[in-house]
Amino acid sequence: MSTLSTRFRVRRPGRLAAEAAALLIAAAVAFPLYWMVLSAFKPAGEIQSTEARPWTLSPSLDSFRRVFEQQDFGRYFLNSLLVAGTVVIASALIAFLAATAVTRFRFKFRTTLLIMFLVAQMVPVEALTIPLFFLMRDFGQLNTLGSLILPHLAFSLPFAIWMLRGFVRAVPEALEEAAYIDGASRTRFLWQILFPLVFPGLVATSVFSFISTWNDFLFAKSFLISDTSQSTLPMALLVFFKPDENDWGGIMAASTVMTVPVLVFFVLVQRRLVSGLGGAVKD
Amino acid sequence: MTANSTTYKAPAPAGTAGAGGARPRPPRRRRPVSPARRPGWTPWLYLLPALVLLGGLLVYPIHQLGLISFLEYTQAQVSGGEPTTFKGFGNYTALFGDSQFWQVLLATVVFAAACVLATLMTGCALAVLLTRVRALPRLALMMAALGAWATPAVTGSTVWVFLFDPDFGPVNRVLGLGDFSWTYGRYSAFALVLLEVLWCSFPFVMVTVYAGIRAIPTEVLEAASLDGASQWRIWRSVTAPMLRPILVVVTIQSIIWDFKVFTQIYVMTNGGGIAGQNLVLNVYAYQKAFASSQYSLGSAIGVVMLVILLAVTLVYLRLVRRQGEEL
Repeated sequence: MSTLSTRFRVRRPGRLAAEAAALLIAAAVAFPLYWMVLSAFKPAGEIQSTEARPWTLSPSLDSFRRVFEQQDFGRYFLNSLLVAGTVVIASALIAFLAATAVTRFRFKFRTTLLIMFLVAQMVPVEALTIPLFFLMRDFGQLNTLGSLILPHLAFSLPFAIWMLRGFVRAVPEALEEAAYIDGASRTRFLWQILFPLVFPGLVATSVFSFISTWNDFLFAKSFLISDTSQSTLPMALLVFFKPDENDWGGIMAASTVMTVPVLVFFVLVQRRLVSGLGGAVKD
Repeated sequence: MTANSTTYKAPAPAGTAGAGGARPRPPRRRRPVSPARRPGWTPWLYLLPALVLLGGLLVYPIHQLGLISFLEYTQAQVSGGEPTTFKGFGNYTALFGDSQFWQVLLATVVFAAACVLATLMTGCALAVLLTRVRALPRLALMMAALGAWATPAVTGSTVWVFLFDPDFGPVNRVLGLGDFSWTYGRYSAFALVLLEVLWCSFPFVMVTVYAGIRAIPTEVLEAASLDGASQWRIWRSVTAPMLRPILVVVTIQSIIWDFKVFTQIYVMTNGGGIAGQNLVLNVYAYQKAFASSQYSLGSAIGVVMLVILLAVTLVYLRLVRRQGEEL
């Protein structure tokens, strides 16, 4: 794979400058994350010192211990994981079916539906917090994890369907015809042929539903009012966040715990994400 | 446009209409080769779960949002103490007569515009930079950017507040700002939030535009450079036009995301800043509805946001249609 730079034979000093700039920017972009992890491991005395040193010689787990002891942080972590996991899996399956419907079939209102999915992506879901609050109340879902799962599931669908279209369309029609000629039923084709082929796309798509659900702050803040045992991580994190007396060690340790799963998820699907975005945008 | 409207308006083929059974169907001799020709109810069956969820949790709430915005709906009505009364445009006149609303609206638009511009410029510049470097620096920048992208908004906000903390943050030390408080002043607080938003949203632009540049056939670029075009000229006359569809997508996405920033403002300025100086529409609506129980006013603000973003969407759809894309 030749890159543009080699193809264009950019003069060496120019490329070296560009590479130095890229490395510097990478360091700057990574710095907040580095500082977060570093501060989480710093002993209390070093965090509260006015000389902010970019290293620590005596890392300690005190902040993490405090986070997990003071609050039911492990439980909140599991709550968050449960909500995000349910949304990711359900949304991937439902979006896969819907994307198949709009790409492999021609039917009345197909174009209208596609435009509706596009418009639905633009709806500021935050504006819907108020009616959703009443809806959840009427269905007795307030203070339950269902009040987070259902809206996030619904709101992740339009984008997921839109993005999966490209992946479903990339599977050649000839393959489908061959499957039918060989006597496969529609259901069999759908789950045993199409689904495995579209799976990489599903992974790329799931990043977005995972992140938006994992990050959710507004719905958790509005719908989980009184039952703290149903809290999710963002809410728990803010308990440490007080206007004047911030326990920065605790906040950074809690932030680290909350960020790591997403980072792991991202690193795992990184390649598919980049190609998936290219595909979704191009088509 | 024409291609789309014809597929949309064309009468359904006999096979599809046959579901009603008005016309006698020819006896089937063999399996239909392509299901696309005889869809029947199958696509709707596949669409059913998605449509049920979207109908119940998106369309219906939008309808409710509009409804509540025309009612008198406060704590008394929520608890059932008083009956709900229809107020017509009362909430809207109250809202539009409030100078704070206009101030917040202006702040939202300016803040979102600044975020979008900063994000796009940074993202595009770094995408171009990525094409000019070898694998190792590229991987480093890509990984750092993915890390910023993956960071949840809440933790990103707390980390940035800590970095700029007047007492213990490294930024003020390095810049020699002493105990300057970033969240105290209106503009410095907005600037701080902007930096955080930029940090977590430029990666999407960078990765997408980079993927787009890589997809441009090299022959085109080589031809341009053989014709003696400068790097800037190549970007302006070849790369940028070919990237247009992608640039439209990332611009619109950025507008939509930055217009409804909630978490960053809420966390970093502690619910909208001192005396509400850092409020944006989203946080304003939230405060009106859930902090002071004026649900109908909050809904009216939500409707205003919805209308503005729908306008953006319509512009987007027109752009997409003009490019002659088939949906």
